[in-house]
Amino acid sequence: MPTPYTKLVIEHFKNPHNVGEIESPDVKVTEGSPACGDMLTLYLKVDPDTRKIVDIKFRSYGCASNIATGSIITDLAKGKTVEEATQITWKEAAEALGGLPPVKVHCSVLAADALHSALEIYLEKNNLLKEKKTTTIEVIFQKLSHVINPMTGIDIVKSKLIKSVTVDNGVIIIEVDLAEDFQFAGNIREEIIERVEYLWDVKEIRVEFIG
Amino acid sequence: MRKKNWDMIDRIYLDSAASTKTDPEVIEEMIPYFRELYAIPTSQFSHSFGIEVQDAIFGARKLIKEQIGASNEEEIVFTGSGTEANNLAIKGTAQANRSKGMHLITTKVEHLSVLESVRKLEKEGFEVTYLSVDGKGNIDIEELKRSIRTDTILITIQLGNHETGTVQDIEQIQEIVANTQAYLHVDSAVSFPYLPIDLRKTKIDLMTFSPHKFYGPKGIGVLFVREGTKIAKIIDGGFNENNLRAGTENTPAIIGAKKAFEIFKQEDVSRIKSLKDLLRSRIENEIKDVELNGALDNSLPHILNYTFKFVEGESIALRLDFEGIAVTTGSACYSKNLQASYILLAMGKSHEQAHGSIRFSLSKYNNEDEINLTVLKLKEIIEDLRKLSPLGKE
Repeated sequence: MPTPYTKLVIEHFKNPHNVGEIESPDVKVTEGSPACGDMLTLYLKVDPDTRKIVDIKFRSYGCASNIATGSIITDLAKGKTVEEATQITWKEAAEALGGLPPVKVHCSVLAADALHSALEIYLEKNNLLKEKKTTTIEVIFQKLSHVINPMTGIDIVKSKLIKSVTVDNGVIIIEVDLAEDFQFAGNIREEIIERVEYLWDVKEIRVEFIG
Repeated sequence: MRKKNWDMIDRIYLDSAASTKTDPEVIEEMIPYFRELYAIPTSQFSHSFGIEVQDAIFGARKLIKEQIGASNEEEIVFTGSGTEANNLAIKGTAQANRSKGMHLITTKVEHLSVLESVRKLEKEGFEVTYLSVDGKGNIDIEELKRSIRTDTILITIQLGNHETGTVQDIEQIQEIVANTQAYLHVDSAVSFPYLPIDLRKTKIDLMTFSPHKFYGPKGIGVLFVREGTKIAKIIDGGFNENNLRAGTENTPAIIGAKKAFEIFKQEDVSRIKSLKDLLRSRIENEIKDVELNGALDNSLPHILNYTFKFVEGESIALRLDFEGIAVTTGSACYSKNLQASYILLAMGKSHEQAHGSIRFSLSKYNNEDEINLTVLKLKEIIEDLRKLSPLGKE
């Protein structure tokens, strides 16, 4: 059947691995929300001595690429140490699935985010994390590198679509070199806000389309 | 035994609000206009090839005129699509009447061909009022009354909604508009001929028809333009279509459109409606946590839209597709701009409700077995996806 998905994506979508919950997990984390169309809850169990991920499970409210990425990324993380698992990127997950259509890449990012958040929380809980970082222009750029232009499947930093970033007393102004009526402008705005708003010292975000 | 019956079903097409299978009778009727009657009908003083085609196109106009109760053949304008008919109706009347005013009224739930047309006019300086709709998708007649100004020149409102099937009260709307200088354009692309029309009894000035939604060919739209309506041409060139739409007549499609108007049977409507009722009652009785998007009454007989809570629509649609069942969803993941259905959002539904929505749309080619198989598969899929979902768990 001609679908834009690879066979592997469809296999993982139809029969996802590692679905469910873990009783008394070390970490439970949820990324996304039903309002933005994708939501993924991840459960993590780590062996305190070896710091190996002994169990990992997920539940997903989302589209095929979200479910398939949740399935593959939990496969990839299982058995790795927490430190090793932080190296797993959404790109790696997408490649392990044989690729994803550009327009769907942003859905798969959520699964990687959930994994990274879970690992970060684990490290923080166990006092293994460095201190709270102040949000700087560099931090914003790093966050924006997870926002994908659905037209190309390439993130907006690499695509040089970020004209400027200003950080001023918790007010973040991001100028995007795309027209206000660009097909995905609304979507990109939402994603940018989602990526930045949770930072502890951010009070306001203004996304301006100046292309 | 049921299984045996269902195994014979190949694929199930429940996306007829998007387009339908062209009726074989329509195709038959079109073929001579590729093979022998290929000349252009531009002039009645041309060669005999052209005159034959001219006659055939006039015959098509006459039949359509009679079917919809237009008063003369010149009121029937063939375009390249329903979208183009909406563009012509809106941009054409706005341009031709700008000296009378620059204000237009439409609704938030129109087809994109209407919304994008008025948005373009806004950029040119026109003002547009977008009427809200209630939870069922109906406009508020009082809001319409309040929105009409002395400089309002066009009111464009769909008859039936393409996503939810909700039908507007066009009787009331036309009475209100009739007392103003504004023209009334009605988009009946998805509602006709499920809701037939007799234009002699209405005050509608312009009306859009889309034959491929009722077993006609694609590549053809029909715009009714009541005699005396001031309207400008938006595609320039020759003097075709009563000088309202330049371009070589798509004769095979015009003839196919005529046939579609001619052979549509109102008996099919009640059969389709009973299939919709079957689908509705089985979904509501057999699947928990579902919500109808649209109205129970005043709804098109072939469109049904449900939200299945706690699951995302693209996943449902894709899993149904694996089973050979074609539907669409209002989920952002499915749309070309990654935004959830603006229609459901305008109805006050949450993003979550829009993401989990599925539209089923029927045609005369569907049957009861197909509906029953769809429900069976749907139940399995919803149950599966809900097991996977983090939502709806206590």
